[in-house]
Amino acid sequence: MIEVRNLSKSFNGTSVLRDVSVTFHTGKTNLVIGSSGSGKTVLLKSIIGLHEIEEGEILYDGREFTKLGFKEKKEIRKEIGRLFQGSALFDSSTVEENVMFPMDMFTDMTFEQKLERANFCLQRVNIINKNHLFPSELSGGMKKRVAIARAIALNPKYLFCDEPNSGLDPQTAILIDALISEITHEYNMTTVVNTHDMNSVMEIGDKVMFIYNGQKYWEGSNNDILNATSTELNDFIFASNLAKRIKENM
Amino acid sequence: MRFLHDFGHYCLFISQVFTKPEKTRLYYKQTVKEIEKLVIDSVGIVIVISIFMGAVITLQTRYNLENPLIPLYLIGLTARDTMLLEFSSTMVGLILAGKVGSSIGSEIGTMRVTEQIDALEIMGVNSASFLILPKITAAVFFNPFLTMLSMFVGIFGGYLACVFTGALPPVDYVYGIQYWFIPFYISYALVKTVVFAFIITTVPAYYGYYVSGGALEVGKASTRGVVFSSILILLANLILTELILAK
Repeated sequence: MIEVRNLSKSFNGTSVLRDVSVTFHTGKTNLVIGSSGSGKTVLLKSIIGLHEIEEGEILYDGREFTKLGFKEKKEIRKEIGRLFQGSALFDSSTVEENVMFPMDMFTDMTFEQKLERANFCLQRVNIINKNHLFPSELSGGMKKRVAIARAIALNPKYLFCDEPNSGLDPQTAILIDALISEITHEYNMTTVVNTHDMNSVMEIGDKVMFIYNGQKYWEGSNNDILNATSTELNDFIFASNLAKRIKENM
Repeated sequence: MRFLHDFGHYCLFISQVFTKPEKTRLYYKQTVKEIEKLVIDSVGIVIVISIFMGAVITLQTRYNLENPLIPLYLIGLTARDTMLLEFSSTMVGLILAGKVGSSIGSEIGTMRVTEQIDALEIMGVNSASFLILPKITAAVFFNPFLTMLSMFVGIFGGYLACVFTGALPPVDYVYGIQYWFIPFYISYALVKTVVFAFIITTVPAYYGYYVSGGALEVGKASTRGVVFSSILILLANLILTELILAK
């Protein structure tokens, strides 16, 4: 479980996040939704320590991340898997090397053991016989899947995904969402997904938090969201004409 | 003030780079890759430039020394000492600042903007150390071999100029390159090479590491890295020459 308490963050005097408090539960796919520039990515980066926060607390299963020293933070980071918007695979390494990298870095496993684990993770995300290809030789969806395989290589307790299906066609996007959800439940991880994709919200949103102008505006489940009364949230969810017509016919 | 801020930031970056590697074996592996990328891949350009520069230095010296009182073997001596004292360390350093520096700046900068560095940080890896320390190690320990190669090839280029142009008898050139040889000049050149190698790898890496934005900013950071490392090489050359050669 990850608890965020009264988190505030600003850049050069401009406030980006204001007093955000939220709890992300274990074994659930927790979604953070909001329009571009609302502060979703800053929230994610602040939680994992890529941005220093001005105020607030972040607790990983009770461990207060913000007050930990460098070494202790590093230990928590080893428990984190992160899926980036652009996949962030290492260009100069093959698919296999990318997935084996965390094991190379943090375990004393033999090459055979690492290879076995890498192949298992790759098979889990349906990447087969692509071990020796470089990221530049993969499609966008494949890159995302390899990135997921790398993220789960060390059995992380926490998985963070930043707009995992951006730039993907709807079918592939649904597959990636389903994969994230399956892995979350299978390994009992605390998963936090940043998205503005409504398909993702409806398909995998065990818990949804809506962020608006740097503040938490609404939280609930994907079932609650269709009946929410918040104007800002409804404007965001039912932005397209198609969605508006669906809402009218509900 | 801006300079002081940048210098302080650079020093902090260097202290981050020189921390104990997480997994020494991986660093060795990375270092071997960097030796290939930064040193072996530069052998070709060093040979080509050195051979032509050696030849040109020899010919220019010959055509500017028309005085019959000056013995011809001094042309060989001049070519040799120019290569040893200045060309093979400083000129090759500047050329490598362009070739290797831009490659390091754009590689690290691209890794930054495509979030590959963030990915390393999230995994708990000291990204500055992991990415840059192997480059420094490779360049500092192996660029001296490039300098020595440049010395041999440049002096040989002068010999070829003698043979093919007939500007002076090769015998005089060969005598000149052996005449009054001061071995300390090689040590001097190698000390400079080590300092230049450090500059060539760390300055572009610094600009690449802290880039933000997109491809345009990566290009700018890479250019800034090359420009500043070239200026620093020239400055270091002046300081080291005064420190080492002044009597």
